[in-house]
Amino acid sequence: MGRIVLNQVAKSFGDTQVIPPLDLAIEDGEFTVFVGPSGCGKSTLLRLIAGLEDITSGHIDIDGVDATNLKPADRKLAMVFQSYALYPHMTVRKNIAFPLKMAGLSAEETNRRVQAAADVLSLTDYLDRRPGQLSGGQRQRVAIGRAIVREPSAFLFDEPLSNLDAALRVGMRLEISELHKRLATTMIYVTHDQVEAMTMADKIVVLQKGLIEQVGSPLELYRSPRNRFVAGFIGSPKMNFIEGAEAAKHNAHCIGVRPEHLEASATEGQWKGVVGVSEHLGSDTFLHVHETGLAPSLTVRASGEFDLAYGDTIYLNPRADSIHRFDAEGVSLGTEQPA
Amino acid sequence: MATQHSRSAARFMMAPAVVLLLGWMLVPLTMTLYFSFKKYLPLRGGDLGWVGFDNYVRFVSSSSFWPSVQTTLVIVGGVLAITLVLGTLLALLLDQPMWGQGIVRILVIAPFFVMPTVSALIWKNMFMDPNYGLFSYLWEFFGAEPIQWMSQASLTSIVIIVSWQWLPFATLILLTAIQSLDSEQLEASEMDGATTIKRFWHIILPHLSRAMTVVLLIQTIFLLSIFAEIFVTTGGAFGSKTLTYLIFQRVLESQNVGLGSAGGVYAIILANIVAIFLMRIVGKNLDK
Repeated sequence: MGRIVLNQVAKSFGDTQVIPPLDLAIEDGEFTVFVGPSGCGKSTLLRLIAGLEDITSGHIDIDGVDATNLKPADRKLAMVFQSYALYPHMTVRKNIAFPLKMAGLSAEETNRRVQAAADVLSLTDYLDRRPGQLSGGQRQRVAIGRAIVREPSAFLFDEPLSNLDAALRVGMRLEISELHKRLATTMIYVTHDQVEAMTMADKIVVLQKGLIEQVGSPLELYRSPRNRFVAGFIGSPKMNFIEGAEAAKHNAHCIGVRPEHLEASATEGQWKGVVGVSEHLGSDTFLHVHETGLAPSLTVRASGEFDLAYGDTIYLNPRADSIHRFDAEGVSLGTEQPA
Repeated sequence: MATQHSRSAARFMMAPAVVLLLGWMLVPLTMTLYFSFKKYLPLRGGDLGWVGFDNYVRFVSSSSFWPSVQTTLVIVGGVLAITLVLGTLLALLLDQPMWGQGIVRILVIAPFFVMPTVSALIWKNMFMDPNYGLFSYLWEFFGAEPIQWMSQASLTSIVIIVSWQWLPFATLILLTAIQSLDSEQLEASEMDGATTIKRFWHIILPHLSRAMTVVLLIQTIFLLSIFAEIFVTTGGAFGSKTLTYLIFQRVLESQNVGLGSAGGVYAIILANIVAIFLMRIVGKNLDK
């Protein structure tokens, strides 16, 4: 169980409203990711759900019970913090057992659950160490262990991977997804990294300035972003935006084409430009094209290696069915259907 | 400080300070040791020659010796207990967001800036005087007989006065320690279902243990040698004579430099014994 419903939830700090009233439903067992740039209110929203901040108005229901005024401990939620927030003076075993000790469980039951959590997270060899003697990834696992022993109705993750290096982050991302599949518990995950959002989520909630811009599955957001912000935020590298005469041809104020929907050619094409920096990743090449007369710079993804040098002329062809159109307010008009 | 050259340069630069400090310690220590083996009575014949361990035997066999050691330990222990407990509570209180926090914090440090003599005299005359002290009015208000603080409760009085002086120090160090606690740890424990008291016991107190060790060690060093507070209040009477005060009496009141110096050597030994015990007890806190 773990269905969380936010009903007109708003939060103000003094006179500043950080989260205008919003509605959101998180279904049982769903992996929901809150994503958005720094300061968009995603962490605040998570803390409101956790009960670490009081909401200014509205209601939060957890499993059909009004949890608006419940204490954090009574909401049956577990949270993994960005800094892991392990207790440095306790061993790993005691850290994981802490919530059980607070709940007054018997020593046997505590031991059994700690052992089970340690098995799941492959921490058995580290149970008697202190957090200070562990690597970042191991600390992360201890923090998750401390969350799972409570058998909560939902897990809350506050940017849990941002303190890890790139390689570990990919590994932990997989582990958390794996854990979600195994436990099938509701998870709410906050991140500013759209790659984490795309790879892990069942449902992505894109936030900007406290407002929900769009809610949907990763591919929904990728294929049909509701506005320019979501279009630019989801997908890597970023979507190219072109305004002016070229956009007007498509009956729009602005058009957007993803780098992977632009075909590059050395000889012929719709748009002409000059190759700037090329980033070679082996599997792909990202070309930054200038002097197209459309936008200061367009990013193009070419498969495999692409041998045009700096300063060479390049031609680009957008895929006709993948041109996103936006009006002057940035609201999507959909993709153009080929006539 | 990597190269040979910079290391020797560093040593050269530090030399004056090291020499000065060594001189500062070694000269008095040598003189104390030197006089402790002499019969030296400045007003009654001056230097009367070597006497071996005579002074040491006489100092210990004096009926004032063991009571003075006991008094010293009671004062040190009492002040440490009071400042650590109240200091922790005050630090927790001052950590709460409140109006005028800056001013309150400065006011809390204030007693530390008052000279020991002055504060002891203020306590003695303003609060503890049996006739016109504020405490006597308080006691009379409730219909009780005012306490003769200096004579009936001399040790308690001194402990109260010295605690008042050292409380700011403990509070300040513990407050900075509390402020360095990661707030996410507290939030995590809150989510883990720890009540306020359990949070204090399981998270805040262990976090403070290191700062407490520092307070304990520094205060012990200074408290072993308190003198002014006793001098201006009881003058060493009514069982308030510490080892330091006994040495003072031997040297200046009885004009027996040799005997006092022997006492000084005992004081050094006592301080070291206390220090070793403390380091043993709290040492494991420091090498974390």
